[in-house]
Amino acid sequence: MFDAIENWMQGFGWLPDGLITFSVIMLKIVLLLAPLMTAVAYLTYAERKVIGMMQVRLGPNRVGLFGYRIWGLGQPLADAVKLMFKEIIVPSGANKGLFLFAPVLAMAPALAAWAVVPFGSEMVIADVNASLLYVLALTSIGVYGIIIAGWASNSKYPFISAMRAAAQIVSYEIAMGFALVGVILAAGSLNLGQIVAGQEGGILSWYWLPLLPLFVIYFISGVAETNRAPFDVAEGESEIVAGFHVEYSGMPFAVFFLAEYANMILISLLAALMFLGGWLSPFQGVPVLGDTFLGQDSILWLFAKTSIFLFLYLWFRATFPRYRYDQIMRLGWKVFIPITIVWLLVVALMVLAGWL
Amino acid sequence: MAEIRNFTLNFGPQHPAAHGVLRLILEMDGEMIVRADPHIGLLHRGTEKLAETKHYVQSLPYMDRLDYVSMMCNEHAYVMAAEKLLQLEVPIRAQYIRVMFDEITRILNHLLWIGAHALDVGAMTMFIYAFREREDLMDCYEAVSGARLHAAYYRPGGVYRDLPDTMPRFEGESKWHSADEIQALNGNRDGSLLDFIEDFTNRFPGYVDEYETLLTDNRIWKQRLVDVGVMSPERALQMGLTGPMLRGSGIEWDLRKKQPYEVYDRLDFDIPVGTNGDSYDRYLVRMEEMRQSNRIIKQCIEWLRHNPGPVMAENHKVTPPSRLQMKEDMEALIHHFKLASEGFMVPEGEAYAAVEHPKGEFGIYFLSDGANKPYRMKIRAPGFAHLAAMDEMVRGHMLADVVTVIGTQDIVFGEIDR
Repeated sequence: MFDAIENWMQGFGWLPDGLITFSVIMLKIVLLLAPLMTAVAYLTYAERKVIGMMQVRLGPNRVGLFGYRIWGLGQPLADAVKLMFKEIIVPSGANKGLFLFAPVLAMAPALAAWAVVPFGSEMVIADVNASLLYVLALTSIGVYGIIIAGWASNSKYPFISAMRAAAQIVSYEIAMGFALVGVILAAGSLNLGQIVAGQEGGILSWYWLPLLPLFVIYFISGVAETNRAPFDVAEGESEIVAGFHVEYSGMPFAVFFLAEYANMILISLLAALMFLGGWLSPFQGVPVLGDTFLGQDSILWLFAKTSIFLFLYLWFRATFPRYRYDQIMRLGWKVFIPITIVWLLVVALMVLAGWL
Repeated sequence: MAEIRNFTLNFGPQHPAAHGVLRLILEMDGEMIVRADPHIGLLHRGTEKLAETKHYVQSLPYMDRLDYVSMMCNEHAYVMAAEKLLQLEVPIRAQYIRVMFDEITRILNHLLWIGAHALDVGAMTMFIYAFREREDLMDCYEAVSGARLHAAYYRPGGVYRDLPDTMPRFEGESKWHSADEIQALNGNRDGSLLDFIEDFTNRFPGYVDEYETLLTDNRIWKQRLVDVGVMSPERALQMGLTGPMLRGSGIEWDLRKKQPYEVYDRLDFDIPVGTNGDSYDRYLVRMEEMRQSNRIIKQCIEWLRHNPGPVMAENHKVTPPSRLQMKEDMEALIHHFKLASEGFMVPEGEAYAAVEHPKGEFGIYFLSDGANKPYRMKIRAPGFAHLAAMDEMVRGHMLADVVTVIGTQDIVFGEIDR
């Protein structure tokens, strides 16, 4: 499809080639980001609804559009408009430049990491051979946004929370990194498209089975990375009341919020790609159903698998109490990292034996 | 050389986990608490002084608002102290009603406690579930007194009126609720109040099982609560802790068994006692207390069904006569007039009465000089002693544990500040 657009633009004759390539790339980015931002907004709606249902109450169901209630689907829109119009209060004594730059530092990596995420065997903005490494590097940059937000707020609660968040994210990066190394060993490549291709052959050849502990640890580390319950000491709500973004209001606050949810979707999608076979159908190779439309690879399978993980995110938040900060550290360093290291050896042996 | 001071954090009055208005100045060394300094008085309303200017029945509603999550127990202590001064005998049916509502109040308090404690520690859902059960109990309060929360139901001499024969029902079929839905909601409201409470006691153990499933064996909950806020038994006695704080440390002291009042000596129930004195033991003690309260309520319902009778003492110098009598009989009219204008006169003397409040030992001390108003009323609030022990319980722990300790002490500022 993009080749057709490129040809059409070249047909004009007077457009320079660089500009054509640039506009095609811009088009791809817009086609990715527009649904992504919508998804992020509606993930907040889904969270409120799902957690509400788990708490025996309805979530938002009043805010609709044009006078129709439509089950509260206008809620994210109303929230966005509200946050846009709120006054941006910079606390006195805060470093204004850094204070307003920190949300950008949190959001930019969250969005930039999507450049290498494939949605189908040919659907990716940048098919880089080291795409997994790129994603890992970008999620690590996201820590800076939190630290700078906490420091620039010139207030004790954000300061404590920023220190906690920084240490927590860095610790769980290691566990997550080792889990991803297991996937790389199994697939033999850093390229996300090839990782999915390596899982061909039905539900039993997806990587969740041989790499089960890594799968579990990857997802839990992902929850810790995004500062979500039960690892949300950084935005503790009952201890340090909103933690590092307590001094923020209006649009900067919205940007932090969106960055967190974009990260959540990214981690869920990566988990689906790396462990559950991405866009591959679970009915591949199954005698009767595998020949119908159910056996086709499609982006909808990817979305379904991502939704499972997003639902788990919301379920954890509604159910579990919060870990104390030192317990989080203990879990990351003393429990997850040893398990990942041991399982890496097991995976290496499996690869040598030819089972993977 | 500059003086190095510890990092102080103002766990300020406006804080979601400060359970009211607690200003806690924490001196911290990194994440460890070196010293915790509670500043109270932000909710002081002058209850004891106000009681000196109002007669005994007029100050009764103030008692509801002291520990505003367990209303009728506060009233109970007040009313028992007044009856001690007056040497007044309360009819047996009134005693059973009082005990039943005390236990309902205990369940109310513990439900709010578990909801708030779990919310502070991070499990938001418990809060909603606990409040769902509280709704039913507040409907009992409303049926009997008219107010869901602050029922001024107990009076010196008994209770205000007998249990009603009908419960208020849901009505109002609208486009969001069909008639069938409303009928289903009204399912347990077809009989009298006792039928409604009995239906509640049948459902309640199932709900407590739900809460226990969610929290008791949850490893995160255990990690947050075990070994946090440990009080040794000797220290607990020295600091004046009572109620579940004391029983969690292993000391079997419960006023309902040791100094029985009303009809507790006729009822069959157990007292849960902890072993380690940490927050987890206190959590288990309070969960079991909820089940035992359920048991007591069942026995009271049985007795109340089979034994009708008066619910107010017949001494009309103290308790008002019925409106019918007042309109027909001269003495009743005079009694009504005197009681409504200046209240009853209380002989000189002093009296202290304490009840086993859900938080501990709640006591009221009266000093009377023969007038219709007390000369001095002193409130012994259990939360006051518990908050004083906060410094000791929190030292050496981390910031997150402060929130756990505040929750396990079941602090409610109404009674601390009065």
